[in-house]
Amino acid sequence: MTYQEDEIRNMNRREFINRSIKASLTIAGLASVGYVFYRNNPPEILTAPRQNISLSDYSISKAGKKIAIARGTKRSDTLTKAIGALGGIEAYIQKDDIVLIKVNGAFATPPELGATSHPELVQTLISLCLKAGAREVRVSDNPINDPESCFRLSGLEQATRNSGGRLFLPGKSSFSPITLSNGKLIKNWPFLWTPMKNVTKLIGVAPLKDHHRSGASMTMKNWYGLLGGRRNIFHQDIHTIIEELALLIKPTFVVLDATVTMMTNGPTGGSLDDLKPTGLMIVSTDQVAADAYGAELLGKPLLPFIRNALKAGVGTADYKSLNPIMT
Amino acid sequence: MKITIARRITQIFFFILFMWFCIVTVWGTRWNELRGWPINWILELDPLVGLSSLLTTHTLYRGLAWGIGTLILTVVFGRFFCGWICPFGSMHQFFGYWGSRFKTFKKRVESNQYHKSQNIKYYILVVFLVMAAIPMGTSVSLATGLLDPIPFAHRAINLILISIASHLPLGISLTPRYYEGAGIIGVLFILVLFLNFWKPRFYCRYLCPAGALMAVFSRSALWRIGKSEADCSACELCENHCEGACDPFGKIRISECLLCMNCIHACNRQFMAFQRTPSAAGEITEPDVTRRGLILSGIMGVAAVPVLRVGAALGQNWNPGLIRPPGSLSEVEFLKRCLKCGQCMKICPTNIIMPGGVEGGFESLWTPILNFRIGTSGCQLNCVACGNVCPTSAIRPLKLEEKLGIGPYRERGPVRMGTAFVDTTRCLPWAMNIPCIVCQENCPVTPKAIYLKEYYSPVRDGKINIEHFQDGQLTIQGKSLKSGNYGGGDYFLAYENNYYRIISNTEKTVSLEGDGLPIFEPGSSGEIRVHLMGPVVDIEKCIGCGICEHECPVSGLRAIRVTAENETREIQHSLLLKRG
Repeated sequence: MTYQEDEIRNMNRREFINRSIKASLTIAGLASVGYVFYRNNPPEILTAPRQNISLSDYSISKAGKKIAIARGTKRSDTLTKAIGALGGIEAYIQKDDIVLIKVNGAFATPPELGATSHPELVQTLISLCLKAGAREVRVSDNPINDPESCFRLSGLEQATRNSGGRLFLPGKSSFSPITLSNGKLIKNWPFLWTPMKNVTKLIGVAPLKDHHRSGASMTMKNWYGLLGGRRNIFHQDIHTIIEELALLIKPTFVVLDATVTMMTNGPTGGSLDDLKPTGLMIVSTDQVAADAYGAELLGKPLLPFIRNALKAGVGTADYKSLNPIMT
Repeated sequence: MKITIARRITQIFFFILFMWFCIVTVWGTRWNELRGWPINWILELDPLVGLSSLLTTHTLYRGLAWGIGTLILTVVFGRFFCGWICPFGSMHQFFGYWGSRFKTFKKRVESNQYHKSQNIKYYILVVFLVMAAIPMGTSVSLATGLLDPIPFAHRAINLILISIASHLPLGISLTPRYYEGAGIIGVLFILVLFLNFWKPRFYCRYLCPAGALMAVFSRSALWRIGKSEADCSACELCENHCEGACDPFGKIRISECLLCMNCIHACNRQFMAFQRTPSAAGEITEPDVTRRGLILSGIMGVAAVPVLRVGAALGQNWNPGLIRPPGSLSEVEFLKRCLKCGQCMKICPTNIIMPGGVEGGFESLWTPILNFRIGTSGCQLNCVACGNVCPTSAIRPLKLEEKLGIGPYRERGPVRMGTAFVDTTRCLPWAMNIPCIVCQENCPVTPKAIYLKEYYSPVRDGKINIEHFQDGQLTIQGKSLKSGNYGGGDYFLAYENNYYRIISNTEKTVSLEGDGLPIFEPGSSGEIRVHLMGPVVDIEKCIGCGICEHECPVSGLRAIRVTAENETREIQHSLLLKRG
């Protein structure tokens, strides 16, 4: 064997060892991939729902159940008067609170048509909360029409901006599943969660409106706007869903705006002829009481969802028993 | 024995085995039916199937782990799968060999020399793997099955060859098998086979993403083809029948070598060998790809899924005509798994599973979609065959109890594929005053998901004035009735808020059933009405099996049709509020 042949043989041997090491490592890698990722169980048809979120109780227990009704046509005045009658905003909003105002921004219509929460009212409420020391006041809703159009045309975007609030528009990732324990309908249902995160106080602001399916759209029906997904299947059992929403959500207080009332053609309205000036502003810590009063203004009898909520123990339909403070 | 003979025997064995697996993919327990045959085994050996579904689902499901074994052997020996196992490759080799018999030596050598475009397969692989791995704000998608050789071959054999054979008296199937839209699969199959006349193993060299994957893993193969002497007479005999076009005569391209071993016996001087040392003439182990090419195909892969889904077919714009087999996962998860191999379409005893078109977006191409007009019935209530042959569990392997929603699955209820809707503008009772209810009678659900609304409906020109009445027979005034039209038993005479069944009629007389008939006053009038039962679907019960649609006598556009509303697999498609 010549020196050269020997050298070539050595080179080849080194090359082969080198290659063997690479091959062994690759094989080890493949085998461990197989070991780690092997599954014998097939996937379920439906992937398990994500972790459910849970809501806090946003009510103030020492404030008790109260209702105040202020007379007048200027919303900023009537709201201030009514809240004042309930002990003032300071009784509800403390320093460093993060407040969510759940408005009714369902439709892309101007405020004059009364289908959405009035911007002047929302602006006043945001200012009151901020004055009481709230760290942040958020405004949100998952409307029926296009969200951006709704908040722009209803004046709610401008109102929020003017008063230093923060608007949350619902997007693809704003929802998380929620379940009402012992509920029949709200099970793993997408819920508008992004604006709710870290919130310490919750205020519902709803205009008083006729509603063809449920009879009336008031403060309890307003929570429907926190649902996501194909929520309109709940129209198959509208009174139960409103009851369940009222059980699920325990607000700090609710505002029912009856400065004008949509008497017909609800909940969209669309004509000034649908509206009637009623000149009232209702603020209550009991959403059932507020709705019972509103139903009376609409000339509706005890609506099934009010009866359901009463039976479920959400509040009282006999608003007079709360000794309403008229101002 | 020459090594090439051993290779040929192995190829023929796996080809026959593959064909056998296709043939026995028939619902049944006889030796030539499904029983325990491992019909997915060759599919599972294909490592691209395992790898791509591993990327999309982060799991290696059951038999797909076989692919790891193939890759391990590839690391040791190179692309043995391509040259020795792959039945699709063997088909190409056969056609290539056939074509090469009509070529001169010079032409043959030319057609077997490496071509730069052979790198296309690597770019195809990158596009597919990136689509499978990187979710761009949406979800990932398993597109490999479109070109993956074993799914391709299964699709072509299952849907085209077997369908052709089923028309012949070979005992393949009781009734001919039909597959909507599968013609294009046949055309592509023939096209890729014919391309071998131009370049042998065209598909393997230029297109095959599984071959590309194995090429990458063959880089440090311990044994490889090469020359034992650098200098030879350059006779080019080794390239005469080179399957991989890997240039064994020059610097051999290890990544392209299919281990056909033809060069070993072709060399007159025995310079070619399967050896541990690299070729004496040098070798190229890396695939012939450029960085720019890789980046571009990566970008294409990243963009592909969002572009494919820009039509919102997986969201609000979902197609209700896209009815998946029972047990299919939600569409996003389904598209992570479906190989488009056609195993479910082949096994379905009723022949209702079709290779899809683009009804669910481009991604639904060749995925299983139910068609209740083709086939011998709807989805059989007590059959769970499709999910149990699905190699990737895109269709979950249901137990019968789970499909029916009984036993431990009672709480969840039966698996629903969709819901039947009655088209009252076409339904014989609802629209045409004609008794029918074939759909209701055939509904297999217990209690039936179709119930009936009974009513009496006036027939055309059915008002009659009574001339006189005697012995249960009325004689009518004026107009004439169509003789014998109303005696069938479904027609009644409505007279003063009561109905009396008509047992026969002539042009001028109507005979009524029964003894206790009232006095029909001459001069008074009555009306002939048909007793109808109109079918109504109970959406709480309907499972969307399509038997009603299959049986509907309105055989064109059926008067009762299933769409995917309320299917179990998509919560967003719920139709009904579930109380409780």
